[in-house]
Amino acid sequence: MTTTQLALRDRTQSLIGGEPSDANLNRYLHGIPGVDAVGLEQRAAGLGSRSIKTTSKAWALDRIISLIDLTTLEGADTPGKVRSLVAKAMTPDAADMSTPRVAAVCVYGDMVPYAVEALGSAHSAGRDDGINVAAVATAFPSGRASLAVKLSDTSDAVAAGADEIDMVIDRGAFLSGRYGQVFDEIVAVKEACRRADGSFAHLKVILETGELNTYDNIRRASWLAILAGGDFIKTSTGKVAPAATLPVTLSMLEVVRDWHRLTGVKIGVKPAGGIRASKDAIKYLVTVAETVGEEWLTPHLFRFGASSLLNDVLLQRQKMTSGHYSGPDYVTID
Amino acid sequence: MSFLDYAPAPESTSILALRSDYGLFIDGDFVDGSGTPFASISPATEKQITMISTADASDVDRAVAAARRAYDTTWSTMSGRDRGKYLFRIARLVQERARELAVAESLDNGKPIKESRDVDVPLVAAWFFYYAGWADKLDYAGLGPNPRALGVAAQVIPWNFPLLMLAWKIAPALAAGNTVVLKPAETTSLTALLFAEILQQADLPAGVVNIVTGAGSTGEALVNHPDVNKVAFTGSTAVGRAIARSVAGTDKKVTLELGGKAANIVFDDAPIDQAIEGIVNGIFFNQGHVCCAGSRLLVQENIHDEVVDRLKQRLSTLRLGDPLDKNTDIGAINSREQLDRIRELSDIGEQEGADRWTANCAIPENGFWFAPTIFTNVSTSHRIARDEVFGPVLSVLTFRTPAEAIAKANNTPYGLSAGIWSDKGSRVLAVADKLRAGVIWANTFNRFDPASPFGGFKESGYGREGGRHGLAAYLSPTRTGSASGTDSTSSPDSSSSARKKAAK
Repeated sequence: MTTTQLALRDRTQSLIGGEPSDANLNRYLHGIPGVDAVGLEQRAAGLGSRSIKTTSKAWALDRIISLIDLTTLEGADTPGKVRSLVAKAMTPDAADMSTPRVAAVCVYGDMVPYAVEALGSAHSAGRDDGINVAAVATAFPSGRASLAVKLSDTSDAVAAGADEIDMVIDRGAFLSGRYGQVFDEIVAVKEACRRADGSFAHLKVILETGELNTYDNIRRASWLAILAGGDFIKTSTGKVAPAATLPVTLSMLEVVRDWHRLTGVKIGVKPAGGIRASKDAIKYLVTVAETVGEEWLTPHLFRFGASSLLNDVLLQRQKMTSGHYSGPDYVTID
Repeated sequence: MSFLDYAPAPESTSILALRSDYGLFIDGDFVDGSGTPFASISPATEKQITMISTADASDVDRAVAAARRAYDTTWSTMSGRDRGKYLFRIARLVQERARELAVAESLDNGKPIKESRDVDVPLVAAWFFYYAGWADKLDYAGLGPNPRALGVAAQVIPWNFPLLMLAWKIAPALAAGNTVVLKPAETTSLTALLFAEILQQADLPAGVVNIVTGAGSTGEALVNHPDVNKVAFTGSTAVGRAIARSVAGTDKKVTLELGGKAANIVFDDAPIDQAIEGIVNGIFFNQGHVCCAGSRLLVQENIHDEVVDRLKQRLSTLRLGDPLDKNTDIGAINSREQLDRIRELSDIGEQEGADRWTANCAIPENGFWFAPTIFTNVSTSHRIARDEVFGPVLSVLTFRTPAEAIAKANNTPYGLSAGIWSDKGSRVLAVADKLRAGVIWANTFNRFDPASPFGGFKESGYGREGGRHGLAAYLSPTRTGSASGTDSTSSPDSSSSARKKAAK
């Protein structure tokens, strides 16, 4: 076991009062206050009814762009498609060069080299001002593979230059109560994110909330992923409906807020899948700002996993500067 | 810039077409009042909105006479189905003019537009729709076949939910076949007068609903008028007592919906984030101007500190200010008089030794405002734990066991509502069973539905509004046939002796 793994186990042990075994984790995760679905959804709806206008809206639109993980996760992905996606990431609106760039491009592991190459000097590669390459790994989206396969999937992507790894948890293990296994897997994947120079690729842990089904499960999985060392907790793969919803994201943000109160450490949140309209994305910004605080609205702590959202934001942005709506042919497709 | 300083998003008042002065609505028309008119101001700016007439005893007399005439000639002889049609029409018109009504309500009352828009006005429409459906089904109101209307109903309503309280009063009264003389609160007459315009639009027969404006003496004249058959009042316990005294010995039927000092009980297994929201909604909804507000927070002692901590953090995100701004959470206190009372009781709380904490928010220069305030370290003997503050002030008390929670919750002269927060269903039901309150919410607070009866125990009043019970409060059973089957004297006679007979 490496020192990182040991450190994570130690931290968890002191928090849950014992080895991260199934039984101890079960006791801890089931001791967390429950979630009342009606109340949670009511609160999310309340946050969703904030009215964001004029200067606030302009700020929000730019901020949304800079928080997007522009994503293509298709069986049909090709180097050409990835190059096109990267071009869109670097120049979202060719007609307005003041448009901010997105935070990252998100691709399958085997597409990482093409993304890195296409980004060229725009690739952040550890810098703060560039665009990251995020790779989905660990037998995405189902996660049904041996641990060895998942780990090599991860280390391959990191070796190819991925700055961020979006892993999936083993939902089967979670739902059958094998929390220790889920914990150990995340810890192992985190270790596989280690680069040759000792630094780590950022680890986003996908809970696939649509399969976990209840808010109580989602809350427990969020705690588990954070205990195991995830830098981000992410709602969905985008391959299962329902993907991201506002109440689910709110519930995860509440966990992140409580973790921060407990440890002082800030964990990121990434709703992914199903967010297509600027109006909806703004509701997420409001929810983040009013739940964990405005300082979470940076690419280090909040992301949108989306593809079609970007163009809707660009159309809204054009409308704010020009005063009228154009149309889908006035923004480029990637 | 800070994103959380949301840019202003005010709802436009251009939708309003207010007159510079309003008369009384009697017999289908606006007429001048005989008393001295008074200004209605916006509590957020203290600017005058319009002038309101004052009805004196002679005006009340005219209004009651119009209601009696309408009852005898039109409304009591109309079929239930046709009464229902009018109510459905009113409900639809309320929906059509929803935005206008919401803006007027927020302007006149000071409540945030998001509440008048999303709560008050939709519920007003829901109330009329609900009772419209009852109008031709009175046989199923639980009073036996052919229950009879009471006659003329005198209704006096408060300023906290002006239009909603109007709906709670008028909808069941009309569905049951009564006619109405209603007096809105002095500081919030505006939406009742807009509602009168809706009644004209709906072609409601003249005199079926009459609206007289004015202060306490107008209400007194109305309640004490010898020709009213039913008195329905929502407001303070002191006035409720006076009404009960004045109608004692008459054959007027009475329902009173008075004050409250509701306990909101949070057990240690509660869904904590939702409980915090529920506490906030329980006491800071409508600036705490809610008779069923959860003004006494009873927290299990082992989670007290955490709950108070989270509560303070949450309260710091509330936005106080312009009621017409769509992002405002806390609006203006309705009147200077009410603001003074809240201040006085809060000061007493401090003097009695409770710890006061107030959310840090900028208070606008003009208007009446009170920042959300929590008192901790409160004991049951403190006045802030016993008296109804009717403002955004929460008293936090603790308990150790369910038995203690129940005892403390019931230890109040009031008994309007209560809340229970726990993940354990069996405990919620067991505790609810022992609370002496008319409405008990489990894992939620301040939710209203026209099908659900609402009313109090003890000094919170008597009678129920809403649902079948609310309908029954405007009906009396017809005496059914005697054993020989020869008794069929249930003619639509409005004389008091016939009513008395029928009631027995």
